[in-house]
Amino acid sequence: MRFQLTEEQRALQAAVRGVVGRRSSARSSWLVAPRGGAADVYNPAPLQGAAAQPGDSQFRLDRALWRALGDLGFFSLRLPEADGGAGLGLPEAVLAFEEAGRALVPGPLLATHLAAGEVEGAATGETVVAAADGRLVEWMEEADVVRPGAEGAVPMNSVDPLTPLHRVPAPAVPDPLGILLTAAEQLGTAARACELAVQHARTREQFGQPIGAFQAVKHLCAQMLVRTEVARAAVYAAAVTADRVDIAAARLLADEAAERGARDCLQVHGGMGFTWECEVHLLLKRARVRAQRGGGVTESEELLAADLVT
Amino acid sequence: MDLSYTSEEEEFRARLREWLGKVLPTLPPKPSPDDWPARRAHDLGWQRMLYDAGYADVHWDASPTTRLIFLEETEKAGAPYVGANFVGLLHAGPTIAAEGTPEQRARWLPPILRGEEVWCQGFSEPDAGSDLAALRTRARRDGDDYVVSGSKIWTSHAEVADWCELLVRTDPGAPKHRGITWLAMPMNAPGITVRPLRTLAGSAEFAEVFLDDVRVPVTNRVGDEDDGWRVTMVTLSFERGTAFVGEVVACRRVLGELAAEARRNGRWDDSALRRRLGRLNAEFRALWRLTQWNVSEAEASGGVPGVGGSVFKLSYSHARQELYDAAAEVLGPDSLDLGRPWMLDRLSALSYTIAAGTSQIQRNIVAERILGLPKGR
Repeated sequence: MRFQLTEEQRALQAAVRGVVGRRSSARSSWLVAPRGGAADVYNPAPLQGAAAQPGDSQFRLDRALWRALGDLGFFSLRLPEADGGAGLGLPEAVLAFEEAGRALVPGPLLATHLAAGEVEGAATGETVVAAADGRLVEWMEEADVVRPGAEGAVPMNSVDPLTPLHRVPAPAVPDPLGILLTAAEQLGTAARACELAVQHARTREQFGQPIGAFQAVKHLCAQMLVRTEVARAAVYAAAVTADRVDIAAARLLADEAAERGARDCLQVHGGMGFTWECEVHLLLKRARVRAQRGGGVTESEELLAADLVT
Repeated sequence: MDLSYTSEEEEFRARLREWLGKVLPTLPPKPSPDDWPARRAHDLGWQRMLYDAGYADVHWDASPTTRLIFLEETEKAGAPYVGANFVGLLHAGPTIAAEGTPEQRARWLPPILRGEEVWCQGFSEPDAGSDLAALRTRARRDGDDYVVSGSKIWTSHAEVADWCELLVRTDPGAPKHRGITWLAMPMNAPGITVRPLRTLAGSAEFAEVFLDDVRVPVTNRVGDEDDGWRVTMVTLSFERGTAFVGEVVACRRVLGELAAEARRNGRWDDSALRRRLGRLNAEFRALWRLTQWNVSEAEASGGVPGVGGSVFKLSYSHARQELYDAAAEVLGPDSLDLGRPWMLDRLSALSYTIAAGTSQIQRNIVAERILGLPKGR
């Protein structure tokens, strides 16, 4: 049993991190640099417009980023080599989505990834695909293709300024694969929330010392790490087994690690964390959007309960 | 990332499973928790059976994965846990193996493995629990002996132990982490008084130990004089490695039993309860995966388990309490009857966030040693 990342998996992780991190500091002000990357660039200015006009996002999908992710093989990595993919498996896809979740990459990444090999141009990032999941569609108006179609879609005043949402009348059947990759994104966001909180707690001084020296703050940070690492073990294991009960477990823990982590990160940042001046609110809001995918937590809890009596 | 086992590991599992199936039906029933002599005999008897079958040293010599399989299979089969051999097998033994002289290893290790001697742990004191280094039990040199005076507390198995792994202060003038020494104290030495402590779960699980000019030969010192803190850190790291493997397996079994009971008594129709049990299923599955991750990491680094064990312990000790609280919800008013299954365990589970370093101490460890936050108040 070698339940650890291989050298190749580490290399893939670094490559994805490099692309989303480099782009984040160079152009897209809302993307945040990952650990070890360039200095964080968070510019709230473009977001203020979104706040002023709820439901009418001014954001355009970053098509160049989409193609860069396509070149990297982000969308095609599970396709067979014969079909132009990398022939990799779920564990590699999970590592890639974790990095996307860490950098808070905006756009219908999941829908496009799942469409690779089925929708022309999705694998290379030329075609942006959105999809109905449950009763929601993310980034519908920016997409080239919407699967399986979205009749009667109504725009919502999305909680996440970087995820425009439409509501559709007919619920779509959740795809376990989508639930797992969403859990991977949540894991990345949970890890990012912990890093941000620790970074702030080390540097922000009150009462003559860094706030991270106070147990009350220290213990918030420690619990963020604990939730993240437990979720990580569950998400990685589910990627190896692809078992639907394992996937349900992974999603519950990853959702909690991301949402709770973002809230604790906000608490550590104090009043500033409650504003658009720092990026914490984006982590929290994205985590909440993702928690609604795949039927929400109730279905996963019921599946895990049923597993106990079978 | 790979969750499959090698063919050698699978062979070990199959062999062990077959052996357990053969010997467990011959075991005498588990003695009452308050009958210490019977518990000692039972636990040592089991250790002897393990020794004769070649499994005695699995905690010391086997690879972490083999140890994981051993703990998983013995728990699944309902075999006895280490019990009274806990300190000898998982604390004192590994410490002597790592830090002792050849003579000390020859003297103390074989009786532990053969199930002949029981050890207890003399670390905590009334004024030094989580702040272990604040201990005050004093040892002064007198010829070839140390003369020890003070008291220890929370000492499991003290009533039936042959040896005590004892931490004493040999240099009161030194900073508190220095000036501590690790001794093997014979429990039959004159001057030792043991007073059992009744726990909230009802049994006399541990004891207070009073030491009044107890003479311990200098040759019983493991490591250098005043170097006991370093030796102790070696000991504690063993506890946080694979120590909880069997317990996670047991908790997952209990969860299945709770679901079965809820189906039997009609509580299963309550969707809030069902979902609560479903969430616990997620947590214990994840804790099992984290165990596999930590074991793989220990194996890859070839070393002693690290502070990652604190992450596990924090999550596990909380989840264990949640599990038995859910059991109470399944039982309803019957949860007030200590004769019902799980209800003594519900009380016992309260010790998990205290023993072996409180959750508060573990969070400090995680924050300072993993996250790099500054030390402070």
